[in-house]
Amino acid sequence: MEWLSRNLPYLLAGISVGGQYALIAIGYTMVYGILRLINFAHGDIFMVAGLMMVYLSASLPIYVSIPLVIVLTVLIGFTVERVAYKPLRSAPRMSVMISAIGVSYLLQNLALYITGGLAQQYPAIPWISDQITVFGASTKRVTVITPFLTIILVVLLVALIKNTKIGMAMRAASKDFETSQLMGIKINSVISMTFIIGSFLAAIGSLLFFSNYTGVTPTIGTMPGLKAFVAAVFGGIGSIPGAVIGAFIIGICENLVMMANQYVSIDISNFKDAFAFLLLIIILFFKPTGLFGEKQTDKV
Amino acid sequence: MKKKVISALMTAALAVSMTASIVAADTVTIGVYEPASGDNGAGGKQETLGMQYAYSQQPTVEIGGVEYDVNLDIVDNESNNDKAVSAASKLVSDGSSIILGSYGSGVSIAGSQTFADGGVPAVGVTCTNPQVTLGNTHYFRICFLDPFQGTVLANFASQNFEAKKAYILTKQGDDYSAGLGHYFDQAFQALGGETKAETFPEGNSDFTSYITAAKNFEADVIMAPTSTEAAALIIEQAAAQGVEVPLLAGDTWDSNVILNAAKDKNVQIFVTTFYQEGGNAEFDQGMKDFINSDDTNLANNGGDDTVAAVTAMGYDAYYVALAALQAAGSTDPAAVNEALWTLTYDGVCGHVEFDENGDAKRDTAFVKSANTETGAWDFVTEQTISE
Repeated sequence: MEWLSRNLPYLLAGISVGGQYALIAIGYTMVYGILRLINFAHGDIFMVAGLMMVYLSASLPIYVSIPLVIVLTVLIGFTVERVAYKPLRSAPRMSVMISAIGVSYLLQNLALYITGGLAQQYPAIPWISDQITVFGASTKRVTVITPFLTIILVVLLVALIKNTKIGMAMRAASKDFETSQLMGIKINSVISMTFIIGSFLAAIGSLLFFSNYTGVTPTIGTMPGLKAFVAAVFGGIGSIPGAVIGAFIIGICENLVMMANQYVSIDISNFKDAFAFLLLIIILFFKPTGLFGEKQTDKV
Repeated sequence: MKKKVISALMTAALAVSMTASIVAADTVTIGVYEPASGDNGAGGKQETLGMQYAYSQQPTVEIGGVEYDVNLDIVDNESNNDKAVSAASKLVSDGSSIILGSYGSGVSIAGSQTFADGGVPAVGVTCTNPQVTLGNTHYFRICFLDPFQGTVLANFASQNFEAKKAYILTKQGDDYSAGLGHYFDQAFQALGGETKAETFPEGNSDFTSYITAAKNFEADVIMAPTSTEAAALIIEQAAAQGVEVPLLAGDTWDSNVILNAAKDKNVQIFVTTFYQEGGNAEFDQGMKDFINSDDTNLANNGGDDTVAAVTAMGYDAYYVALAALQAAGSTDPAAVNEALWTLTYDGVCGHVEFDENGDAKRDTAFVKSANTETGAWDFVTEQTISE
């Protein structure tokens, strides 16, 4: 019991932050699965969702601003795809990626301009921001909710992809982009749908993330974005369950390093981030396509 | 036709720039090297506000019998050691006679070489790391140093809370944070205490595990000399985990960002600082009026009119610069640099006089605590080392 209350906060934090990474990682992995594009702007969409919440909740009641933030985030994700990626559909993949980096910097600098570079305090959302005690460890309710909510959303998403027409179209597009077009799949609406789902999950992720860690700055999306991307690669980019499992592993490992730090005499806390990346290198060394990645077969 | 228009425009532009340089003969440039974005953006803006207020009071200076207009040249060093250098070069190439700043020791150290190469003296306002002025002749500062501040905090912790165990949390690669944490560590151990130090990486926003570590260590105090952005998250997390021990920090935490983060939360926060609001009623009132007179100023001060110590320090720094220009009797940076060594000035934050390193001789720090009900600072004590 003593050991539990001592170390439970680390595990809770790990699982919860893992859930938040997972929600972002799905956006990366789905877009990659269909477009073979690493959407560098995804972390910044997450940040923009946080900022919108800060500004909207200042003038609107919370139950109006939450749905509004989700809708607006989805709209931004959709618009980014239409404006920055769609015109480059037939261009080399590198051009689209550069366009994505451009969007990322655009969003960061817009946020810098609007906020003036200062951290904005995220509003406390009733109920989920409340303080609770789990086995003697005191934390916010959002920490406990996050993993469950993440799993529910992932199950729904997988069901959507397995059982609906648009899901089938997505699977077809990710198998073979050109052929699915020839088969009469409206590729643009499939891609838009991918971005809509990705942005929706990023908006939910931002709600959970910022309720826990309440400062929103223009560059806040970078680190969670990077970690989520690593998680997606870790699990095998293109695979949704892979991204989710990868995210949980990275979130938990980060905090395990911190947990180990209390038992050793030297300070290893500064390897917190390094450890996640080290793990990535090891996994990729043995499984180059990630944990659940499809095997690449080169056709002659 | 198009060519003609372009050449006409270029001639005009040339003429304008030439007249500008003629007008500039009676202008002296004071460079303001402060962060307006990034980790230390909030503090940098407050410090700049103090200078702007002083400038609004005294926009001219008499140098060698000639009245000069002051040109306050403000750049943003983005709280980033890599980007700071280009901001520093801009100030040098703009022809600054003297440079003020920065908030944050890391960027001051990063920009130092650029100022030295340009032959421009710099006056640090609230950069407290010893490295800033050590081993050079062009960097001065008007604030106290981290070895002093760290010792003051360690004394305060052991005297007021009878603390035996301290948890120290600093940011990786931040000269200010690591330095102050280290000096506190030394001083606290010298007093017979036990410490545990951990660091967090750039861009970290999950402080759960650090606070848990502090609780598991059974720390009597938590020392967290970090930027205000990290501070807000640390306070939030400490409150969420029900931390009952006091949080200690240095001058950066003396900001309304901290007050807002701590408001209505069950946390104890103590900071050391340069100036106590209420120390000079006339200055406080003037400063508040200046902040309230303009929406941008109000936003730059974090939305209310609390006078931060860094603002008072910025105010003093501007007058120190004017005094140095007057003493030099010239706008030549080398002469200004020479004049600084023997300069004395009495500001709202006390007496300024530089020692052989270019550091101001200071021997007291104010300790304040955050009042979580009113959202204001309460004065605790004046703490010196020799007690």
